[in-house]
Amino acid sequence: MKLLRFFLIGVYFGIVLVKGEVISWFRIQEMFHFQSFYMYGVIGSAVLVGALSVALIKRFQMTSIDGEAVKLAGKPFNRAGNLAGGIIFGLGWALAGACPGPLYALLGVGYWTILLAIAGALLGVISYGYLKPRLPH
Amino acid sequence: MIEFLSQSWPWYVSGPLLGLMVPLLLILGNKEFGISSSLRHMCAAALPLKADYFRYNWKDALWNLVLVAGLIVGAAIAAVGLDGGSAPAISDGARELFSAWGIESITELQPREIFALQNIATPTAIVSLLVGGFLVGFGARYANGCTSGHAIMGLSLLNFGSLVAVIGFFIGGLLVSHLVVPWVLAL
Repeated sequence: MKLLRFFLIGVYFGIVLVKGEVISWFRIQEMFHFQSFYMYGVIGSAVLVGALSVALIKRFQMTSIDGEAVKLAGKPFNRAGNLAGGIIFGLGWALAGACPGPLYALLGVGYWTILLAIAGALLGVISYGYLKPRLPH
Repeated sequence: MIEFLSQSWPWYVSGPLLGLMVPLLLILGNKEFGISSSLRHMCAAALPLKADYFRYNWKDALWNLVLVAGLIVGAAIAAVGLDGGSAPAISDGARELFSAWGIESITELQPREIFALQNIATPTAIVSLLVGGFLVGFGARYANGCTSGHAIMGLSLLNFGSLVAVIGFFIGGLLVSHLVVPWVLAL
C-alpha cells in the first residue's frame, strides 16, 4: 500500500519538526531578531542535505523504489507571485510564529488554539482561490 | 535510544534530518516535498467552492493529505514519547527580548499569552493566530509554496523562483517580527 509510505514519512517529519523546535513561536521570533544561529543552521543544513540528495539522484540517474525515473520538475518562476506571495507569507509566518508544517504539528502536540490559525489559513487559501484571476502573477 | 532522542537536538542534527525529507519523498514516493498545497486539497475535497482554483481531481493529491495525517501523528508521538512539548533552548538574548515584550515565563514550546486555551478570545491571540494564519495560507498559495516547498525543496533544486520566494518570506517576517509582534502582544 503506497499511501502507507507517505503516512510513515509524515510521522518522521512530525517528529523532526517537533524535536527540531522549528514549530516553536519562540524560535521563529529569535530567528527574525538574529538572536541565535540555531534556525539558520537548521534551514541551511537542511537545504545542503536536500541539494546534495538531488545532485546524487541526478548524477547516478537513480530511480524510485518502484523503478520509476525520479521526477524533478521544480516550480515555474512567477515574479509577482513568488515575491508578493512570499512577502505576504512572511508576514503571517512571523505573526503566527508558524508556517504550514508547524500548523499541523502544533495540533498533534495538543495546542488546540492552533485550530484558529488553521481556520485562518484555509480562509486565506479560499480567498486566494477566488482572487487568483485578478492578481498579477 | 529513546533517552537520546528525548534530549534537545542541536541544529546539526535537526537540520540534516529535515533535509532528508527531500530524498525520502523522491525515492520512496517519487514526489517533490511540499506541505501548503494540502490546504488547497482540503478546500477542494470538503467544500463546494466554485472557483476554478478548486476544480480539479484532489484525489490525485491524496498522498499529500496522507503525509499531513502522518505529520500530525508524528508530532503527537514526539510530544508524548520524546519530551517534545518542553521549552526550546533559546538564547539569553532572545529571553531578554521576550521578557521586554511582556512574556512572563518560558516553560513550554509556545507562549501562553497566545496559545493557552483560556486566552483564545483575547485580541492578541485572535490577531496572531487568525490573521497570521490567513496570511500564511494566502501567501503560501500565491507564492505557490511555503517553507517546505520553496525553502527546502525549491532551494535544493536551485530553483530561482524559490529563492525569490524565500527572500520574500524573510522580508515579510522581519517586518512583522520587529514592528508588529511587540504591538500585538501589548493588545
